[in-house]
Amino acid sequence: MYQLSIVTPDRVFYEGEVVSLVAPGTAGYLGVLTGHAPLLTPLAVGKLTFRDASGKTFLAALSGGFLEVSKKGAIVLADSIEFPDEIDRARAEKAAEKARQRLAKKEGIDIPRAAASLARAENRLAVVEEAMRSASAAA
Amino acid sequence: MQSIRDIRRRIRSVSSTQQITKAMEMVAAAKLRRAQGRLAQARPYAEKAEEILKNLAGAAAEAAHPLLEVRPVKKSLLVAIASDRGLAGSYNANVIRRAEVFLRDYNPDNCGLVIVGKKAFDFYKKRKWPVRKVFADFGGNLHLAKAKTLATELMRAYENKEVDQIVLLYTRFLSTSTYRVHLAPFLPLVPEKKEEVSGDYIFEPSPAEIFEQLVPRFCLTRVVLALAESFASEHGSRMISMGAATRNAGEMIDHLTLVRNKARQAGITKEILEVVGGAEALQ
Repeated sequence: MYQLSIVTPDRVFYEGEVVSLVAPGTAGYLGVLTGHAPLLTPLAVGKLTFRDASGKTFLAALSGGFLEVSKKGAIVLADSIEFPDEIDRARAEKAAEKARQRLAKKEGIDIPRAAASLARAENRLAVVEEAMRSASAAA
Repeated sequence: MQSIRDIRRRIRSVSSTQQITKAMEMVAAAKLRRAQGRLAQARPYAEKAEEILKNLAGAAAEAAHPLLEVRPVKKSLLVAIASDRGLAGSYNANVIRRAEVFLRDYNPDNCGLVIVGKKAFDFYKKRKWPVRKVFADFGGNLHLAKAKTLATELMRAYENKEVDQIVLLYTRFLSTSTYRVHLAPFLPLVPEKKEEVSGDYIFEPSPAEIFEQLVPRFCLTRVVLALAESFASEHGSRMISMGAATRNAGEMIDHLTLVRNKARQAGITKEILEVVGGAEALQ
């Protein structure tokens, strides 16, 4: 068990003891268990999952950030992060649609920005889907 | 002496002013609570980002980033953060006074301004200093997307070498009743190096690349934190000054009530004397 804190520039998202953490590193997903070697890496857009002491699993949509693992525990500096129930699905769908249209036009506008925006929106939708699936499986 | 009617009118007017200041005090208190919450939420990120940056600066000594590049200062930029609304005691005046002191060492050719807050802009729009950009729609409420716009603007100006030094002027929130005007160098960023470097860190993919990604984020948090501190100070200052105004209005009402009663009594005494005098004349 180790201390995990997940913070964004405008709030503290999660603070507590966890057993494991799986984060989307820029070079692929990576897991952190207790006693992991000190590490510093940027994080990509993707799913962040962690399991707390009671065995409860949390799933969240991460839109980039940093992960630092030290002897004191792990810190995730997230650009933005949401639990599935915080995600505004309609808004994510709209954002994805807008980004797709901009990408389809292919000219003028900032392609990398549109692509990043699309990735974030799709990630949020994927996380909502997954949360719903696991909720219905549990029921 | 004022007539009783005049005094009554004054009492009414003062007490309606008192109602307004009381309402403003309460609104400021509510906003302060929220701003303080925001500040408390923003601090951990900034602290942790700073810690990581320190670790990294020790490990990646050769890391070069355009935002860290120290250039001879030919052009400066002052970012003054004040409030959009007045009636906050001496809050805006304090910020502006400090800005003026800072600007004394510069001239309009080598120093520009970026202004947050309508009140500061009102002051500077008619002056000789070139105003690069104004952000007058925060309304004392920290909005992350807007803060990002501000931070990006500043970083771009520095990276494009339009300015060689950026200084942040904001107020640090110490408690509800105290804040301190604070002038902090913002760019170039000078990361403090940690003495002992924990050498066994794994940097994935490489220190330089992490640096590249971390520095802009760190700059953003500096801006966010400065805004959060300023807004909390603003609401605190407004709450205190409106509280004082409410108290003063109360004192004034007490005084006027006394004067009114005296005038009324004097009137009654005069009437009795007249009646008695009239009755005596008849005998």
